[in-house]
Amino acid sequence: MFSVLKNRYEQGYRTCSYPKEKPAVFGRYRGKPLVRQDASPEWVEICANACPQDAIDVQQKKIDMGRCIFCGTCEQISQGEFVRFTGDFEIATAQKEHLLTAGDLPDLARHSKQHFKSLFGRSLQLRQVSAAGCNACEADLNVLATPFFDLARFGINFVASPRHSDGIVVTGPVSRNMRTALLQTYEAVPDPKVVIAVGSCTLTGGPFSGSPEITEGLDKILPVDLFIPGCPPHPLTNLHALLRFFK
Amino acid sequence: MNAFLNISNGEKLDRRKIPHLAFADFRENALEIVGKGGKVVQFFAYPDGTSLKLLAVLRTDRLMVAGCDAPGSYPSLTQVSEPFHLFEREMAEQFGLRPEGHPWLKMVRYHPNYHKAKDVFGNHYKEDIPGNYTYYQVEGNEIHEVAVGPVHAGVIEPGHFRFNCIGEKVLHLEIQLGYQHRGVEQLLQGVQAKRLPILAENIAGDTTIGHSLCMAQAVEALTPVQPDKGARIIRSIALELERLANHIGDLGALSGDVAFLPPANYFGRLRGDFLNLSLLLCGNRFGKGLVRPGGVRFTLSDEVRKTLNERLKELKPQVEHVLELLFLASTVRARFEDCGCVSPADADHLGLVGPAGRASGLAYDVRRCFPTEHYGELGIPENKKTTGDVYARARVRYDEIHQSMGIIQSLIGSSVETKTVAASDLNLAPLSFVVTLNEAWRGEVSHALLTDNEGKILRYKVKDPSFHNWNGLAMALRNTGISDFPLNNKSFNLSYCGFDL
Repeated sequence: MFSVLKNRYEQGYRTCSYPKEKPAVFGRYRGKPLVRQDASPEWVEICANACPQDAIDVQQKKIDMGRCIFCGTCEQISQGEFVRFTGDFEIATAQKEHLLTAGDLPDLARHSKQHFKSLFGRSLQLRQVSAAGCNACEADLNVLATPFFDLARFGINFVASPRHSDGIVVTGPVSRNMRTALLQTYEAVPDPKVVIAVGSCTLTGGPFSGSPEITEGLDKILPVDLFIPGCPPHPLTNLHALLRFFK
Repeated sequence: MNAFLNISNGEKLDRRKIPHLAFADFRENALEIVGKGGKVVQFFAYPDGTSLKLLAVLRTDRLMVAGCDAPGSYPSLTQVSEPFHLFEREMAEQFGLRPEGHPWLKMVRYHPNYHKAKDVFGNHYKEDIPGNYTYYQVEGNEIHEVAVGPVHAGVIEPGHFRFNCIGEKVLHLEIQLGYQHRGVEQLLQGVQAKRLPILAENIAGDTTIGHSLCMAQAVEALTPVQPDKGARIIRSIALELERLANHIGDLGALSGDVAFLPPANYFGRLRGDFLNLSLLLCGNRFGKGLVRPGGVRFTLSDEVRKTLNERLKELKPQVEHVLELLFLASTVRARFEDCGCVSPADADHLGLVGPAGRASGLAYDVRRCFPTEHYGELGIPENKKTTGDVYARARVRYDEIHQSMGIIQSLIGSSVETKTVAASDLNLAPLSFVVTLNEAWRGEVSHALLTDNEGKILRYKVKDPSFHNWNGLAMALRNTGISDFPLNNKSFNLSYCGFDL
């Protein structure tokens, strides 16, 4: 018993004060990309060719955050001449076309569905469906339940049954073998329901695009309300998305 | 004298030097090696021109390789020697090769074979449900079945578990995976070079570094790009950070499953702190973006090294105290001990690897037996336990957490210099073969790469440690109360996507 108390004292209070204050993230973290519109076409071309995800739109000088895995290859080879990844983790969007960006993201709260706010603003129960991801997105959703993020303090929980939930949070590129299970889970959620796509795989197929075994974008098979980019999205990206969209 | 050829971990071999045996000799030699305690590292089929060939990499205290022409059907090796079991099923699924007399010939991942050969399992793949299969059944009036998944109650990967129980007692657990199948091996063989590291990182995100190292070392063996000493040190640090985050998370989850909540919460938070150390190093909590053929993309600058040192100094006593809290609690021991035992003999037959193997008396650790990166310079202890229960699997992690923190602290004591590398085109040596092994946190990860006469990737074979260990979980559940399933499951904490590929 003494040991329990001693540890409790040592652990202290660990919950972050987000969204009141933004917690510091280590400097090498790659969040929202900022594209230089004055970048020379040569640099844009070089970066586009080197991008393993083919996420760079050469004509518009924009990055598709749905395809991007935030590896930073373009930043590294152009040494910031074309793009710089900022420490801004607030990068979720309500519309897929907003993912194609030069760094100016529309305010998520203004683009969210207003009736969701009144329905789910005070209590949101979500069912997570892992559909062929690498388990990193799942892991960084799971940590939202740990004391640092403490998702439950916002009235948001992950629940065991789709019948008890207000929507689904999908991760992974929806393999052929998970498609039926995913659609059945969606069907089992009572209306009105929310669909949240988490991670580059779910948004576009991500690293697995081109494989006949997967779906290149969850929005091809379900109506997606909230797009959270990243590989995986930082837990704070997920937290921001849920709070801005529903609160 | 055995006909298999001795090779080293990560050694480039001219494919023409791989002993090409008659199938009967291949079978006899492979069975002899494994019969004397050897294990299967890789056993797969690959197309070579118009013909199909088999290749096996086995290990004793050495690694060895041999191949043969693939017969359309052949007398199963599994009926004599269990460690071949899943490999033969995988070959049947991938290439339609039928192992005659295989004791349990069922699909692995549920996909049509690559060669449009007649389906060995009689599946038509019009329904996208891997569970399209008659499960093993126990008969009797008092028997009941419990079916769980593919969508589980928690935030975890999909898989189907079928329990045959009498009362609370599990007589048999059958695990059906494949829901996560993304066609990774096929993609690896066809994509542009720039996508290779990205795919390797995403085979299993919690084992990003383990799989990335296998890929990078394989490419480095077949190209002139080589990592310098600093890069090897940084990659070793990254692998140990990955081990720490996962082991700490697992012990927290185990604690939660026996309803001892303080360590569950503390370890949950501390796991995140270790993930953040990977982010400190490379900008990603899972180490994605760090390892590339030829080295690393981020240096261990003195500033990063200083922060890493400070954070470790702060976290280490906290981890140690929570470990004490967990392991000194008699209520925890009462639940961990004698729960889900896998005997050393069973573990040996199944060929378990990693902490699950070490918990059942199999000391094998790639870092010690076939060291890569900086591990040759580090003394890795055996970490072997004998009881094979949940307690032993937790205790291995306890030991390794202490060791990994020590290893990282010793490696960041002085400055580490390296040049960063960027992605580049790969000119792989033609007609070559390489196999790489690394001890990731779950155990032996292995990649094998074969090139054709133009240096194109002819076959890329991936094996996650979970490929060996899922049957260990099934074995642990025998005669165990079904309510102890979550505890046992966490004590193995296997990868679905690593298995499903």
